[in-house]
Amino acid sequence: MSRMGLRALAALVGLGALCGAAWADEEPLKIGLVGSFSGGAAQWGISVDAAFAAYQKQHGDSAGGRKIEFLRRDTTGPNPDIVRRLVQELISRDKVELICGIEFTPNALAAAGLSTQAKVPLLIVNAATTEILTNAPYTSRFGFTTAQIVTPFAKWAAKNGYHDVYAIYTDYGPGIEAGNAFKKAFTEAGGNVVGEVKPPLISPDYSAYIQRVKDAKPQAIFIFAPAADHPQIFLKAYRDAGLGEIGVKILATGDLTNESVLNNLGDPALGMITTFDYSEAHDSPLNKEFTKAFYATARDNTRPDFTAAAAYDVINAIYKIVDAQHGKIDPDRTMALIKGMSFESPRGPIAIDQNRDIVQNVYFRKVEKVGGKLENVEFQTTPMVDDHGNPTK
Amino acid sequence: MVVSLVNVLVNGAAYGMLLFLMAGGLSVTMGLMGFANLAHGSLAMLGGYVLATLMNHYDVSFLPALLAATIATAFAGAIVERTVFRRLYGGAELDQVLLTIGVVSMTVAAATYVWGTNPTSVKIPAWLDGRLQFGNFDFGVYRLFLLIVGGALTAGLFFGIDRTNFGAKIRAAVDNRRMTVSCGIDVKRLFALAFAIGSALAGLGGGLAVGLVGLDPTFGVKYLVFLLMVVVVGGLGSIRGTLVAAIALGICDVTGKYYVPDAGAFILYAVVVVMLLWRPRGLFGR
Amino acid sequence: MAVLAAEDATRLFVARSRWRWEEIVFWLVAASSYFLFPGHLVLITQALIAGLFSMSLDILLGYAGIASMGHAAFFGLGAYTAGILAKMGYGDPILDLLAAAVLAGGFGALCSLLVARLHGIGMLMVTLGIGLSCYELANRWRDMTGGDDGLQGMVVKPIFGIFAFDFDGHVAFIYSFVVIFILYLFARRLVNSPFGLALLGIRENLRRVPALGIGVRAQLMLAFTIAASIAGVAGALLAESTQFIALEVLGFDRSISVLIMLVLGGIGNLVGGMIGAMVFTVARDELAALDPVYWNFWMGLILCAIVLSGSGGIVGLLRRIERRFGGTAR
Repeated sequence: MSRMGLRALAALVGLGALCGAAWADEEPLKIGLVGSFSGGAAQWGISVDAAFAAYQKQHGDSAGGRKIEFLRRDTTGPNPDIVRRLVQELISRDKVELICGIEFTPNALAAAGLSTQAKVPLLIVNAATTEILTNAPYTSRFGFTTAQIVTPFAKWAAKNGYHDVYAIYTDYGPGIEAGNAFKKAFTEAGGNVVGEVKPPLISPDYSAYIQRVKDAKPQAIFIFAPAADHPQIFLKAYRDAGLGEIGVKILATGDLTNESVLNNLGDPALGMITTFDYSEAHDSPLNKEFTKAFYATARDNTRPDFTAAAAYDVINAIYKIVDAQHGKIDPDRTMALIKGMSFESPRGPIAIDQNRDIVQNVYFRKVEKVGGKLENVEFQTTPMVDDHGNPTK
Repeated sequence: MVVSLVNVLVNGAAYGMLLFLMAGGLSVTMGLMGFANLAHGSLAMLGGYVLATLMNHYDVSFLPALLAATIATAFAGAIVERTVFRRLYGGAELDQVLLTIGVVSMTVAAATYVWGTNPTSVKIPAWLDGRLQFGNFDFGVYRLFLLIVGGALTAGLFFGIDRTNFGAKIRAAVDNRRMTVSCGIDVKRLFALAFAIGSALAGLGGGLAVGLVGLDPTFGVKYLVFLLMVVVVGGLGSIRGTLVAAIALGICDVTGKYYVPDAGAFILYAVVVVMLLWRPRGLFGR
Repeated sequence: MAVLAAEDATRLFVARSRWRWEEIVFWLVAASSYFLFPGHLVLITQALIAGLFSMSLDILLGYAGIASMGHAAFFGLGAYTAGILAKMGYGDPILDLLAAAVLAGGFGALCSLLVARLHGIGMLMVTLGIGLSCYELANRWRDMTGGDDGLQGMVVKPIFGIFAFDFDGHVAFIYSFVVIFILYLFARRLVNSPFGLALLGIRENLRRVPALGIGVRAQLMLAFTIAASIAGVAGALLAESTQFIALEVLGFDRSISVLIMLVLGGIGNLVGGMIGAMVFTVARDELAALDPVYWNFWMGLILCAIVLSGSGGIVGLLRRIERRFGGTAR
């Protein structure tokens, strides 16, 4: 072959290789996004979609040379059998390389089992029970655990004059975990749990429980309840019985005053002290950027809340993972990258430890009116708490 | 001790009254007319949303908004009755159950579409939002308000339906439609009116409930079970029975949760099952 | 009304038990889906299991005329029986299936005592109450059932010690298919037997039946036991094929869904429940993926349409078309 011919051939081969490479890079990276996009918990889906959209507006929709494609699957609420089927189909049929999302413990347990079986990394946004990660080497969590939020609170309460506390926690998985975590940490710190009740999930009336509290005359009530309707019902009964007047304070986790229900609680919520990992009022440049971007993409006047922040961090982590592996996802390498990951989140500094669980600041906040809007204003911080509620520093 | 017990009993009665306010309409549609209306909760939800929208977005004050909610729901109920429910009067209860479940699904979807999934609430006017203290006893003003409204409603229903020709005509039409028609009574209009009244009551109950329990698209389904229990235990066809059952179940529930909180919802279920086995037709059932 | 001569009676029974074309088509399609839709086996398995569940309700509703809003109680009881046994180390799938059948059947017999005396709304309420109470019980008994987190840690052993349940759902599909088909044949035999006729008699004219020498109580109790037993097997199949149990197996939603599936498919002909379940499950999966809010709306609308038209669901529609085109439909 002539020299010209050789060069032409080489060029053609080179071009072909380039095209081939480009072609391979163009195959999108499929990631399963599993969560509630309808039903009672649809707010979760709205927050996550808005957070993801905000991030992708800032950082584009590709990472590591590949286009990121999210396959949305709706769980419609805590439905572990639906989740199981959805995740199985995502892995088996759609061949996703990563899965993210998940908002409820039963769903997380169902998904984690499959993630372990099929060795597909799972990044959990919210589910808060510690045991989810126990036998799941490919599952990691970016939200928070109940023990993480409750334990510092319990210790703080014991040291700040709340000696006798009455515990009210809703009778379902997260509630029981919160109640147990509080009781354990509080009694260990020297406090006294004078009584407890577990209202069922559908409780239109709290007056019986409030009466019991009144009989016991504690200094404060520790309450954990699902954010939807319980906070309102509880506050009404609390006020009707005049507990505020006789000096019984309310200690709650941030679920009760989280941004998506805060407006509904209205002024009766002012002064409530809670602990949580994210507040819209958190004073950091990243959070200000995040909230601005969030409001631009969210609908229905949704405020950014802990779900949105965690989702933002998850997609950030995904982009980091894909970038670091140049678009070729290997499950074990992914998990190695996740363990020990640390970066700045809209909530503050966060890290993932060797147990694949989240380590973050736990903030103490008080509900105050800022600029005419109700906000959780942070007044104290316990830095870098691990998933069992113990400080790592 | 006594103070606590009195508080508990009064709160139980108030809770029962809330149930009665929501279930009163069901007593008319399901109890009196014999139509298994599982969509009752949805009608109450509509009343709640009308109230919330008027109060939150159009700055209408509480009482006018409540009136509007009642009327709006009456209309909605009348329309649904005329177009859909009418065809299944006297039919198999299961058909009615399934039909109304279909309606419930549609209303939940519609409510989600229009108002979103986020819970809604209203600000109770200041004159209703407080506490009354009588010595050691304290009661929420709103709860007392509900007790009064409920009492007035019972009297109204009792003297307006139970004891009048109107009520007798309805009962006659349910028992034997052909005979009633041959007596010259326009049964279609009768039922339409009765259903409208039942729906109006649902709207009223829903509007009143928002101030206590909040509102979201699942409202109609969440509390439906309690409403059904109240009507069935009280006895189908008796307004008096519904009231007694509501108060009794309310007191049992709250007292049970006070003394044996671990039993939770079981107490209510147990009471209902026992009552139904003892009196399968309900307390005052015909 | 004349009494049938012996040969006429035989002919009647033979005619009633002839295989109808919709049954044949359904089972052929179900069997071939293993090859046609290999990526959707998990979904189809769950649709078949739902079909078995609907069929069990059909025995109660379509044949005995008992309307139950709490049928999930038996389904869930079967599921938890199999699940808890598997968790405790007794994970042989077929034995667990039998245990589920026995326990659920026993509970069914018990319930028949409560329910048999009631009619209309009272019956609906009590069955509803039974379903809700079972749910509450399972919810509270967290140590045993896992509560609302679901039952974890099920270890289901391979069938006959050889066929282990695989991730893609092949073994589960074949296992469920075989069990469901066998039970379908059994149910067919049952409803086309004198017992089946007796049930129909009870449904149509309760007061007349004792005059024919049929003990109503006993027949109803038997119907309940069998229906509950089959529902329990369905629940156990679900537990074994997914190796996980959610509290929702006992929930109100499931009791209502199965009613809807049955009405959709057609009451009173066994295959209606299977067809309705298949259509409902697949439709829900597809449509809900498109837009979940709209799924609820359209499902409600279709349900209203079916109930109002009184056409007897899909099977009823098929029969009407058959009649129109000159077939000899019953």
